[in-house]
Amino acid sequence: MGPWFDYTVNGLVVGNIYALLAVGLALIFGVANLINFAHGSVFTVGAYLGWTALHYLHTPLPVTILLVAAGSAVVGVAIERFALRPLNHRSRIAPLLATIGVSLVLDQAVQLIFSPDPRALPSQLPDWRLPIGGVTIGALDLLIAGVGLTSAALLFGFLRFSKLGWAVRATAQDPDAASQMGVDTNRINAVVFAIASALGGVGGLLVGMFYNSIDTTMSFDATLKGMVAMLLGGLGNVPGAIAGGLILGLAESYGIALFGTSYRNLFAFALLILILMVAPNGLFSRRRELPPEPMTGTFVAPSRPLRLPRPALAAIVVVAALFPLVWNQPYVLQTLTNALLMALLAFSLTLVSGTVGQISLGHAGLLAIGGYASGLLALDHGWPFVASVPAAGLSTAILGTLMVLPALRMTGHYVAIATLGVGEIVSLVILNWTGLTRGPMGLSGIPIPAIGPIELDTPRALYWVVLVLVVLLGLLQVRLLSSHLGRTWRAIREDEVAARAYGVEPLRYKAMAFAFGGFGAGIAGAIAAHLYSYINHETFNTQLSILAITVVILGGLGNVLGAVLGAVLLVALPEIFRAAAEYRMLIYGIALLLLIRYRPQGLLGTI
Amino acid sequence: MMASLLEITGLTRHFEGITAVDGIDLAVQEGELVSVIGPNGAGKSTLFNVISGLDRPDAGGVRLDGVDITGRSPEKLARLGLARTFQHGRVFANLSVLDNVLVGTHARLAAVRPGWRGFGPLGELLLAVVRPGAVRREEAALRSEAEAILARFGDRLVPRLDHPAYSLSYANRRRVELARALALRPRLLMLDEPTAGMNETETTEMEEVIAALKATGLTILLIEHKLDMVMRLSDRVLAMDDGHSIAEGAPATVRDHPAVVEAYLGHPANQRTAVA
Repeated sequence: MGPWFDYTVNGLVVGNIYALLAVGLALIFGVANLINFAHGSVFTVGAYLGWTALHYLHTPLPVTILLVAAGSAVVGVAIERFALRPLNHRSRIAPLLATIGVSLVLDQAVQLIFSPDPRALPSQLPDWRLPIGGVTIGALDLLIAGVGLTSAALLFGFLRFSKLGWAVRATAQDPDAASQMGVDTNRINAVVFAIASALGGVGGLLVGMFYNSIDTTMSFDATLKGMVAMLLGGLGNVPGAIAGGLILGLAESYGIALFGTSYRNLFAFALLILILMVAPNGLFSRRRELPPEPMTGTFVAPSRPLRLPRPALAAIVVVAALFPLVWNQPYVLQTLTNALLMALLAFSLTLVSGTVGQISLGHAGLLAIGGYASGLLALDHGWPFVASVPAAGLSTAILGTLMVLPALRMTGHYVAIATLGVGEIVSLVILNWTGLTRGPMGLSGIPIPAIGPIELDTPRALYWVVLVLVVLLGLLQVRLLSSHLGRTWRAIREDEVAARAYGVEPLRYKAMAFAFGGFGAGIAGAIAAHLYSYINHETFNTQLSILAITVVILGGLGNVLGAVLGAVLLVALPEIFRAAAEYRMLIYGIALLLLIRYRPQGLLGTI
Repeated sequence: MMASLLEITGLTRHFEGITAVDGIDLAVQEGELVSVIGPNGAGKSTLFNVISGLDRPDAGGVRLDGVDITGRSPEKLARLGLARTFQHGRVFANLSVLDNVLVGTHARLAAVRPGWRGFGPLGELLLAVVRPGAVRREEAALRSEAEAILARFGDRLVPRLDHPAYSLSYANRRRVELARALALRPRLLMLDEPTAGMNETETTEMEEVIAALKATGLTILLIEHKLDMVMRLSDRVLAMDDGHSIAEGAPATVRDHPAVVEAYLGHPANQRTAVA
């Protein structure tokens, strides 16, 4: 009985934090119809603001909480004003991608200012514990519960009884009607971002105090947990979000009690996928189907793609092939090889997200499947490189497509969230399925690529191998795009309803795109594994998925040549100019924001 | 009596609190052109959505050529020869005019969609890459057929085959939509306000195209607000208001039916309020 009570208290405390996050996400979704991927970054900013206040100003706790709330609110207003408002009336996936850019920028800014090392955030509260029948509740537990309940009550009062609260609810129901009735919807958006960010920031402070440690990797987790909690309650449903937060907190706490800590996130994501499949409108909604979301999956600006004549393309390939003969510098060649591997991943993503319009935020998971497949076949079964790599491609095509199939039934935002979840699940399964994957140890000693007896141990040889694959898979993809599949895929992207009315089965064609893309990505992951000789569950992480999205948008959605160009520009150039890694993520974030704002069609145009 | 091509019985669709389509019965014979008229919000487009499988009815049934198709998915209905256009126009904005029309032929692709049990999609991918003669011939035939359909609209679309649909005028987009529907070689063509937003010349041209299609024996179900055109084109008319059928029969009879007049002009009492 004793320990279970502790797990319950712990679950409720953590659940309160999730509820704080989820309420903010739900408010923002309600008025702006947007899933704010920067929410977790505001949470981190809040934690660091709190640390700064405590460390330098020695503020008492109530003042610290107010300072954190105010500071985070300012950050929220700035996000709304500068990153999102300019994107009003763009397709709904554009602001979603912009918030991803904002989160990269905020996370890296915090990391540059405070260094990536974790810091202690002492709780300042008296160290007493309240004994209740053999177990105890600490002061901090009560504070967190108190903050949660108070903010829920304040928010309820605000929405229900204040004039501004009415305007918020009116805007959530129908922004156009609200603005015709004289509601300044821009101001409402700003207010909502301020409230949501204040709650999120305070959540960050409380979590920091709870674990007595803060670091910059908190953001991503916070965004995801908040999102799962919000989805449990139903998109945009504020009371539902509170319930969702508590349910998620309890589920996690009991799950950890039963299975151990490394399963914590696996529960959250399994719950995410389950809720998306079974009750996409949340646990408390009675609506019987998804609201219609026309054209949300697409982020395609009208544009004419730049088409290079064949001789020019051939010339580029020849130059790329001869390049190592002229400039045989291992470092440069390795960098370019990495860029070309990214191009292989980007081919896959540009097909799925560009041509078919299904934004995938977990694409690096495909690399992980490919890498582990080839690595394990080579290490445990002695398969040669030339056999294990295609086998890895095939396994990735099959596994990746099967895993993502439930997500492909959904539209718009749901696809993005579900693919993000699937990507995380891949990594967590690798971490926990020790019997197959060696768990946290990772795979080491993956053999060097070799064709028959010839070991490809020079940077030059490896570069050529990858270049050949890029050219082959690129040509194959272009050929597919020029067939009936090209127009069918693009028709699904443009208007799934109209495409269905003409006999196109969306699931079949999305799955075909995913299978073909998965094959290429699996090969890329396999080659990367042999190249690095060591991989673990974090080698192919969400950051890589986000980088791939940026590459694809930079090159032009659906544009095969653009994918190569984007990969070279974003992967090779910063490396060659030796930009430090932390600045690199900052550059990616800013690049993503600028592209969405000023050149959504990318450098070479969408196809 | 000859069986109807389309037979709707007691079709009903509720949305939260309102009944958008309420017990509609309708039979359309082969080769007939039947128009559905009624004020905005009468439930005409919902009726179309339910027939074409984009929405499911809460009660009632739809039969196409004697086969019960109630609640079947739109992609299956497309294969049975049911083609429709949309009220607000839903062309594929970033696809070229020709590609838009070619998507209309999708339900008829055969050579490139092998019936390998369970491996059909894989076969389709392979055939799209390898493109044996049969696949190439099929694609070429569909392409020239699409071009022929586009030629129906004179020089409105033919010079713009490669233009993306977003660059077209509104009227041209509606034409592309109709061309796409024809590319399905429909047995039943459902047109949802094909002349909405068109000026008089464009409307006349569209009416001529529809009349020519009717002359070829094509069965057409038409939603249209322009009553003159409805009177000239239709064999029969169904008038709806508030989800109900309020009159059905020969065009002139329906036009002069008191319930129809009232639905369009409102109750005398309402009129007085409106003037005041």
